[in-house]
Order: sequence, then structure tokens, then C-alpha cells
Amino acid sequence: MTTKLATMALGALMAAGPALADLVIPDLSYRTGPYAAGGIPFSDGYNDYFTLLNERDGGIGGVPVRMVECETGYNTEKGVECYESTKGEGALVYQPLSTGITYQLIPKVTADGIPLHTMGYGRTSAKNGDVFSHTFNYPANYWDGASGAINYLLEENGGDLSGKKIALVYHNSAYGKEPIRTLEELSKKHGFELAALPVDHPGQEQKSQWLQIRRDKPDYVLMWGWGVMNQVAVQEAANIRFPMENFIGIWWSGSENDVLPAGEAANGYKALTFHNVGTDFPVFDDIQKYVVDTGKAAGAGDQVGTVLYNRGLYAAMLASEAVKKAQEISGNADITPAEMRDGMEALEITEAKMVELGLPNFGPTFSVSCENHGGDALVGVTQWDAANKTWSLISEFKATDGDVIGALINEDSAAYAAENNIESRCN
Amino acid sequence: MFYREAGDFKTSYTDDSQTFPIKFDRYRYYVVLAVGFGIIPFIINDYWANALLLPFLIYAIAAIGLNILVGYCGQVSLGTGGFMAVGAYACYKLMTAFPDVSMFVHVFLAGGVTAIVGVLFGLPSLRIKGFYLAVATLAAQFFLVWLFNRVPWFYNYSASGQINAPERDVFGIIITGPNAPAWATYLFCLIFLAFCAIIARNLTRGTTGRSWMAIRDMDIAAEIIGVNPLKAKLTAFAVSSFFVGIAGALFFAVYLGAVEVGEVFGIQKSFLVLFMVIIGGLGSIFGSFAGAAFLVLLPVVLKVVGVDVLGWPTDIVAHLQLVIVGALIIMFLILEPHGLAQLWRVTKEKLRLWPFPH
Repeated sequence: MTTKLATMALGALMAAGPALADLVIPDLSYRTGPYAAGGIPFSDGYNDYFTLLNERDGGIGGVPVRMVECETGYNTEKGVECYESTKGEGALVYQPLSTGITYQLIPKVTADGIPLHTMGYGRTSAKNGDVFSHTFNYPANYWDGASGAINYLLEENGGDLSGKKIALVYHNSAYGKEPIRTLEELSKKHGFELAALPVDHPGQEQKSQWLQIRRDKPDYVLMWGWGVMNQVAVQEAANIRFPMENFIGIWWSGSENDVLPAGEAANGYKALTFHNVGTDFPVFDDIQKYVVDTGKAAGAGDQVGTVLYNRGLYAAMLASEAVKKAQEISGNADITPAEMRDGMEALEITEAKMVELGLPNFGPTFSVSCENHGGDALVGVTQWDAANKTWSLISEFKATDGDVIGALINEDSAAYAAENNIESRCN
Repeated sequence: MFYREAGDFKTSYTDDSQTFPIKFDRYRYYVVLAVGFGIIPFIINDYWANALLLPFLIYAIAAIGLNILVGYCGQVSLGTGGFMAVGAYACYKLMTAFPDVSMFVHVFLAGGVTAIVGVLFGLPSLRIKGFYLAVATLAAQFFLVWLFNRVPWFYNYSASGQINAPERDVFGIIITGPNAPAWATYLFCLIFLAFCAIIARNLTRGTTGRSWMAIRDMDIAAEIIGVNPLKAKLTAFAVSSFFVGIAGALFFAVYLGAVEVGEVFGIQKSFLVLFMVIIGGLGSIFGSFAGAAFLVLLPVVLKVVGVDVLGWPTDIVAHLQLVIVGALIIMFLILEPHGLAQLWRVTKEKLRLWPFPH
């Protein structure tokens, strides 16, 4: 009973917080648990970019950004708690970096009128903005990833994959199961054979899956992994001497954490991406000057320039551009979540804009519309160089198979719309 | 002074055998009910419902269920997560197959389905005991999670393998889905909790409960004096699974709204509910409440104190939380091995004499 009273008092204290003019951006991060290796750099990048805007420009459009960090541990129950505890503060956009939490939040944010940005994860059919009014997944989604990987392999094989065997090693969860449907369609279209091998959470035990790969000898292995599963898979692939250049991971399986443990053996491993890698961009000078050197970097400050740090930075950049767009449309500097949603829907990222932000050629150019919340679906490929310990972009951002994906998205979103009685709102 | 039987006269056997024979206890119980049903629904908001009260109510139901099996009947079970998953998936299939039927019916039926599954997995308990039974129920846990991941029929062939609760109502009031008002979801779970607690309390005071306890205390002796072990053990499994199934159905439909079986109903859930029962007190209904409250509310309180009041980094608070909760569990078990319920009993004994102990 006393604990109950204590929480009650604290809850009241929290609810009575001051209401200043600021842009509240919650950061549902995970710096603990089996997925922390991916959660920390992303969150650091996300925080650092907003810190940079506050320090260098005094916020966005003159209004400072207030980050509210909440630890989810990649756990859906804690994710719900974080969402409920932060939404009352005027949160503008949620980026939970977890497909499981995304599925929880899609109906909730729609009811509460707060936009949700799931960049390269979450529910793929949310690309159909006609049905998913408050969910955005630009610039690319899992099905684009699946198609991007197959397109890359097509290119390598002179446009013909018939008779080839492709294995998919996936995290046995909503996240890992996402690409299967697209890959099945593509296997029909291009005539390759697909074998799906699930790996259970958290993914430390993959002996049997790789034994099967050694026995079946697929030509290529694709991977949908996250957290500790990635490094184990790369190590296992090295153990069975699977040629690394034929092993392609999704963008969540392509960071330094995933390949460093395997050392030299990981050389040549490939991963998909929807943004550029490295620190060779003008914005990193500003981050060094305004954020790192002043001691304001998030976390330990040692993640600057890693793949996932760049992804967090890119997510923050897209969010801040949407805030600018929203300020421009509404005319208010201190925008509401509803205005933020309109800003995201009108977002357009051009090369000129990225140059202006100090991020030339950092990501694909795309635009968002009412019907299309997923951008233009351009996917690139990176490769790991174990000797220099660097990732490099080996294939530019290229278009994916819109016919196959578009049909699947329409099918899945129509089912969701029918289940939840959602009416068409664009036109 | 506060707590005494003196002057509390009973004039009939019914009075004498009521649930709370001491007047103070009875009034406290009425006050709790009045606050729970009459005051909280009017002041509740989304944060309180979704972050604290719903998980507390639902875990309390699960803990009561497991307490019947472990605390009253002495059958160790590590399959709670799997049985909760049965409740959740049964509820999902019913909700999507019969959209017009009231949620009350769905949740009860989900409990019923889980009871049948529980009896099936309880059959080995007739031959094996103790740790061996724990291993058999552990197998149930893994098998059930695997089944729900493996067979697409259970999740209606959705692409991601997730189940999502569609919007359903009770007498026109929305209970599931994002538009459900906080007070409605809270009351819905509270009604189930009150129902389960009253049933459990009365079952454990009657013949059924006594036969469970006889089996728990010494099964051979119980058999000799005429307790049928088959009936006692299987009824314990059935009743326990019924409650756990209700908890699973509410957990999915009302609290989370979307569930991925491996993550939500994994082995950690089984351990969490077992810890609630052990910390709260084996063989005590109050203990189930106390254990659920302890393990649901304490992490949130620590988070609020650490992050919002003291302003510490979130990862440090998350790690400290593990340390503090772990240390408190060890401390409680050393100081009071019989759980929070025993602590409460001792307090009551003390209050009887206070302020004039001998």
C-alpha cells in the first residue's frame, strides 16, 4: 500500500511538470538487454543531432528541442509504459526502434493523433498512408530490403537467378517474418529456390541452422537478424567457411558490432542500407565542435560515425526536417503533434537540402505524400573491409521491385483497413 | 487496539465461517472494494491504467492461478507463460470468429480452453512430482510457444505472426483497441480479478481446497485418508489454468493489444509469475496480490524516482533497477521466507496487542 501511495504521489508530481515552449521528442531507447549493442549507437546519434541543433542553431525554427529518453530494453511492456508516460508531454514523433513495440503503437498513436516514424522497420504495409494515417516508414522498408537484395543478386548474376538456392536466416519474431512473403513472391517471379531458417530469440544458438546451410549449400544467404544474433551468425558462417561475399544482411545486420567479433573471417560480408556510412560529411565537423568537444555527447560519446550512429543521426535529421516543414505549413514555431504529422506527410528530401545540412549524398532523395508514407524505396549495399575495419557503399541507392511490393502492400493494408473499419482519407 | 476480536460476537454459524471473521478486516475489505470500484475509475488516466493498474490486476489474476497450483496443491509449474499464451490465442480466435459476442464471454471461454489444455498437461503430475514435474511443465511452456509460432491458423495467417486485438465492446462500451477508455479497461480487469479472488478464496476454504492442501502436505497420507489424488490434482490444474488463461486473454486483448508469443509469453513470464507467488507468499490469496504489486509497481517506482526525479541516465537506472529489485527479493526471502503475506500476518498479530504488549 505504501508503495502504491508513493507512486501515486510521484505520478502527480510528474503530471504537474512545467509547460514550456519546446519541441518534445521522446527517445524510446534501449541501452540495456540483449539488443543494447544496436540500441546504444542509434540513440546516441539520434540525441546528438538534436543536441547539435540546440547548440548551433538554438533549436529548430528558434524553438529548442527537449529530448525525453525512456529505456524500453526492447521489451513491449516497457515500451507501452514509456509511451504512456511520455505522450502527455506533447511528444511530436515516436521512433521506438523495435518492430514489436511498433505493432503496439500503430493503433495507439492513431487514436492519440501522434505521428510514428519507423525508419526501415515496423509494419511494412504502413507505407500505404491512405490506411495508416499516423505511421510513416520512409525512406525504405523490409520488403524494399528483400527486393533490393534480390535485385543486387540479379545484377551479379547477369539478370538470371533461376535454379539458384537462397537461404533466409531470420529472427523468429514479427520482425524476421516480415520479408518472407515478398521473398516467396520474388522466388516465383525469378525462379530461385527459397529456404527459410528461423532463429529463436535472442539468437545465440544457431548451430542447427548453419549445419543445414552447410548440408544444403545454398548459393546465397540472406539474414534478418538483430542484436547478438548477427555476430553469432557471422561467426557461424565463418566456421562453415561460407563465402562471405555471398552472405547479405538486412540493414539491421550490418553494423560494426556484428562483424568485429569474427575478425578477419568476416571480411567481405555485405549488408543492405538506406543511408551512407562513415564520417566523411561536413556535419560531423559540427558534431565534433558543438557536441563532442563540449562534452554534451549522449552516452559514452564513443559511437560517432558507426553505422547505427549514422542511422540515428539520419532519423533525427528526417524528424527535424519534418518539424521545419510543419513550422512552414502551420506558421507556428511551437508545433503540435497534428501539425507534425502534416509536416511529415509533406516532407521532401532533395540532394540540395542534404548538401545544405552538411550531409551530401547521405541518403536517397525521396518525397512523402498522403498515399505514400514510405518514400521512394531506394536501397544500397555496403561491404565490410576487415583489414581497415570500415564499411563502404558498393552499390548506389537503386530502385526496388515496386510491382511486387506494391501489390503486397495493397493486399496487407486492405486487410488491416477491413479489420479496423478504416475509410479511405486521401483524395 | 485496531485489530481485536474482543467484542466482535457471532450469533450464527454463517457469521462465524465468513471470509473475514474479524470486523476490522471486513471493513478494510469493503473499503478496498469501494475505492477500487467507486473512486479509482473516476480519477484514472491512460498512464495509470496502462503503465500500472492493468498489469497489476492482470498479474494478480495469474498469480492467484499459479498460487492455487503451487501454493495450495504443491505442484510446481513452470508453464504459466505457455498457459497465458493459450488464453491469449483462444481469446484472439474467438474475438475474430465471433465479433458480436460480448468480451466477457470470450474471456471466460478463453479461460475454459486453457483449463482443458492445463488438465492435459497436468496428467503427468499423477506420476511425477517435484522437480520432475517442473521439467514436464517446462516442456509444456516451450511446446505451446513453438506451436503458436509454427501453426499459422492460430494467428489467422498474418504476415508477421503477430496477433492484434480488434475493437470489441461490452454492452456498447469499447473494451479493447486503442479507443477504449482507461476506466473501462480498468473496471473490466478489476471485475475479473474480484471474481477470481472470491472464487479462489472460497474454493480454498472448502472441501476442494482442503483436499489440495492434503495432497500438498503429504500425498500418501492424503490418499490413505480418502482424498482422490487424480481428482485433487486435476481440479487444481484446471482451476489454476482457468485463472491463468483469463489473465493471458486480458493481457493480450485489454493490456497490450498486440502480442508476439515468443517475446510476451516466453519462459521469463513463467518465472516472473512464479516469483510473484513466492515473494507474495505460497498458499495465500493476499500474497498473490502483494507479489504482483511488488514486482509490477516497484520497477516503475524506481524508474520514476531515478529518471524523472533524480535525472539520472536511463541505462544506469535500468541497471540499478535490476540490482535493487534483486537485492530486495533476497532480503525479503531471508527475513521472511514465507513471503509478504506472512509479513502481513505478523503485523496483524502485533497490531492485536498494540499499544500494550505483555
